[in-house]
Amino acid sequence: MKIDTRFQIIILTALLFALTVGLISCEDHNESFSWLEKGEEFPAGLATVNDQSVNAFGNPAPNLTGDKDLIFVTGNSFFNRNWVTAPSSTEDLDGLGPMFIARSCSSCHFKDGKGSPPLEGEQPVSLLFRLSTSGTSDNGAPVPEPVYGGQFANNAILGVAPEGKVKVSYTEMAGKFADGESYSLRKPTYEFTELNYGDMDPATMVSPRIAQHMIGLGFLEAVDDQTLLDMEDPNDVNEDGISGRVNRVWNFEKNEAEIGRFGWKANQPTLRQQVAGAFNGDIGMTSSVFPSEDCTSAQQDCQNAISGGSPELKESILKKVVLYSSTLAVPKRRGWDDDDVLRGKQLFFEAKCEACHAPKLITGNHPDFPEFSGVLIRPFTDLLLHDMGEGLADSRPDYEATGNEWRTPPLWGIGLIETVNGHTNFLHDGRARNLKEAILWHGGEAQSAKESFVNMNKKDRESLIKFLNSL
Amino acid sequence: MRKILSTTLILLALYACDNNESEKPDITEKKKEVVENYAKIVYANYTDAYNTAEVLKDKIDDLIANPSEENLEAAKEAWLDAREPYGQTEAFRFYGGPIDDEDGPEGQLNAWPLDESYIDYVEGNANGGGDNVNVNIIGDPDNFPTIDKELIVSQNENGGETNISSGYHAIEFLLWGQDKSTGPGGGERPYTDYLNNQDCTNGNCDRRAEYLLAVTELLLDDLQSLVDEWKPTGSYRTFFTSNAEIDNSLEKMLTGIGKLSKGELAGERMFVAWDEKSKEDEHSCFSDNTHRDIVNNAKGIYNVYTGSYTKTDGMKIDGAGIEDLVDLENPDLNDETLELLNSSLAAVQAIQAPFDQEFLEEPGRTRIKTAIDLLRDLGDKIAEASAEFGYTLDPSDV
Repeated sequence: MKIDTRFQIIILTALLFALTVGLISCEDHNESFSWLEKGEEFPAGLATVNDQSVNAFGNPAPNLTGDKDLIFVTGNSFFNRNWVTAPSSTEDLDGLGPMFIARSCSSCHFKDGKGSPPLEGEQPVSLLFRLSTSGTSDNGAPVPEPVYGGQFANNAILGVAPEGKVKVSYTEMAGKFADGESYSLRKPTYEFTELNYGDMDPATMVSPRIAQHMIGLGFLEAVDDQTLLDMEDPNDVNEDGISGRVNRVWNFEKNEAEIGRFGWKANQPTLRQQVAGAFNGDIGMTSSVFPSEDCTSAQQDCQNAISGGSPELKESILKKVVLYSSTLAVPKRRGWDDDDVLRGKQLFFEAKCEACHAPKLITGNHPDFPEFSGVLIRPFTDLLLHDMGEGLADSRPDYEATGNEWRTPPLWGIGLIETVNGHTNFLHDGRARNLKEAILWHGGEAQSAKESFVNMNKKDRESLIKFLNSL
Repeated sequence: MRKILSTTLILLALYACDNNESEKPDITEKKKEVVENYAKIVYANYTDAYNTAEVLKDKIDDLIANPSEENLEAAKEAWLDAREPYGQTEAFRFYGGPIDDEDGPEGQLNAWPLDESYIDYVEGNANGGGDNVNVNIIGDPDNFPTIDKELIVSQNENGGETNISSGYHAIEFLLWGQDKSTGPGGGERPYTDYLNNQDCTNGNCDRRAEYLLAVTELLLDDLQSLVDEWKPTGSYRTFFTSNAEIDNSLEKMLTGIGKLSKGELAGERMFVAWDEKSKEDEHSCFSDNTHRDIVNNAKGIYNVYTGSYTKTDGMKIDGAGIEDLVDLENPDLNDETLELLNSSLAAVQAIQAPFDQEFLEEPGRTRIKTAIDLLRDLGDKIAEASAEFGYTLDPSDV
């Protein structure tokens, strides 16, 4: 018995010792720097949703108040529905076309996600083409091509000839990382064929634009203009090589200039105008924002086709689709505290990716969504225009954006594109077949960041990609 | 001392074993029973859909051979009858089964809204005029010389974009025509639209008949494919009822009814119409039969949960259902679910036809809203039941 008791005391003392040492070690750990930030796995705070499935982008923000979640249901319904040729018994749903590229929002933004370029032999659906000729309109907007209008329409209702077809081809460009591993980038060229309305003006400028994923848009809208202005540095006064700037665009309802923030060149000032613009240009639906069809004087059949009403898209439905588009939740990050991911995050900062892909923003006041006001969000975008170099240029100005400039796209959710949409095509025309290629296309203001990536060893490159995929 | 210690240890071990995660054998057996009975019901339901669609085809053949008022009415009756079993099969959607996997025929069978102008003449304002008023497949022999199943299938993939011109609602449109009334009453297409002689109304009667025949044949083909998958030797049924799949299959069963209840029926089909008060924003807008669609959808949910199904011939299948499993795990939850099932079924049956008049004013609006709320709650309740078995289900997401 005595032996047992002494033995017990020894065990207990040993345990106490180990515990004390352990606690001290824990304290030591707390003093060393970690790239991990508390709460960073919730990129939109309370509007973050834990969903890693194919439906990851389709949830309403969980913190919506009032009856917004019901309006979301209706908005979702109209987002998914096919619009039909006028006239139709379903009066609220007719007015498709006469020219269009898609019959529903969801055909391009499938599962509220990202589009991809067409496969060989197919016509593009989720990739649109903006057209313009030289000069600017009075309000600063690009001037539409005189015969083909402001957007190419490769589809139309029966009885109206579509504008033509699009042919996409690629040239491969080889390159090597500093460690000798090779890569290949594909540069697209676009050709319009089987044109139905005669030749296109040879000086026509073309901009390919792929459908973007739609999470957290209400938050991006809630960022104050002043926040954007505070981040811009058009003359690179601080000499860090970055000269982000805002795009000043036209608000068609207020009839005045406003700072743009939506679209690949930040050419839309509000979500409402973006949504109405898409209804008009992509589906051919008129609304109170854009009451005319994009039919030029050369397109008689288009002009003569029966309208689905004045406007075709009822105001109440437009409002609900706008609410829907504003309130899609941001999915929670995956593996955010993984060692490799944190190493990737460190590299992201060391390469200065964060100079444009701003990791944090604080929203201002959103008049329609108090739930989105005054919140810390982690979208990884400054919403500003940046010169991305010759390689990525579309050479087509868009308001104040030059042919070389693009708006920093938000990176939140990009790690789920593969799950939601079954592909990993990135950049404005989907040319990058994966994130590695997307980084390698960076040039202009991002040239040195790209070079940092090229110079990283393989393990580091993989960690950086892992970090991006955790977003 | 040692003996007490070892006895305690052995008892502890036994107690631990008793409390570990492996299922009680009777639940596993019950799950298998439930899944097999479900497969039986699915097969019987799709078979009824097929058989009633065959009757529909016969009546359409009669109409085309001998266009008359009586034959048109008979074809319409047959269409209404064919919708009764089909509506109940919608409980088998939403989990990538044969109806809606990658090449599933759901869209081709039942999608909505129909692009009417694409198929046939419609009433339009002649504003602008021009030769392009009312260009449609039936009226365009130059561009569409042959009308057959292949044409319709290819239109459904026109330009990579689904264009809805087939299925039950295409047949409905061709039998009833557009519902032009602001009040009650469906479409009033004349039988003379099928008179293949000088008394043909609205042109191209022969082509209209061809279109009607082609979409009906396509419908039968699609239903046949579903029957083949779910028959006792069918490949999907074999997979679905295999031992390895029992838990997955149970999850699928719950997913189907949860999503049908809240997301699709309460949300898409009922709330949006109630919210927008949109004219003809109802699935069976030509025949004004939407109230039956709603009741049959609700019945489908009831069938799956209770493991029962009344066939078209009146015979009843009644076996193990999800209710039996939930009762074993959580009898209170089961009672609550059955309560909601019964009240939602009663609420949808209380909705007065036609649906597009009912949602315009009170007291119809309240009747509809009551049903919507109950179906939403039912969807949530089914999600709770799912959780009992360790599954996560979002019933809003369709």
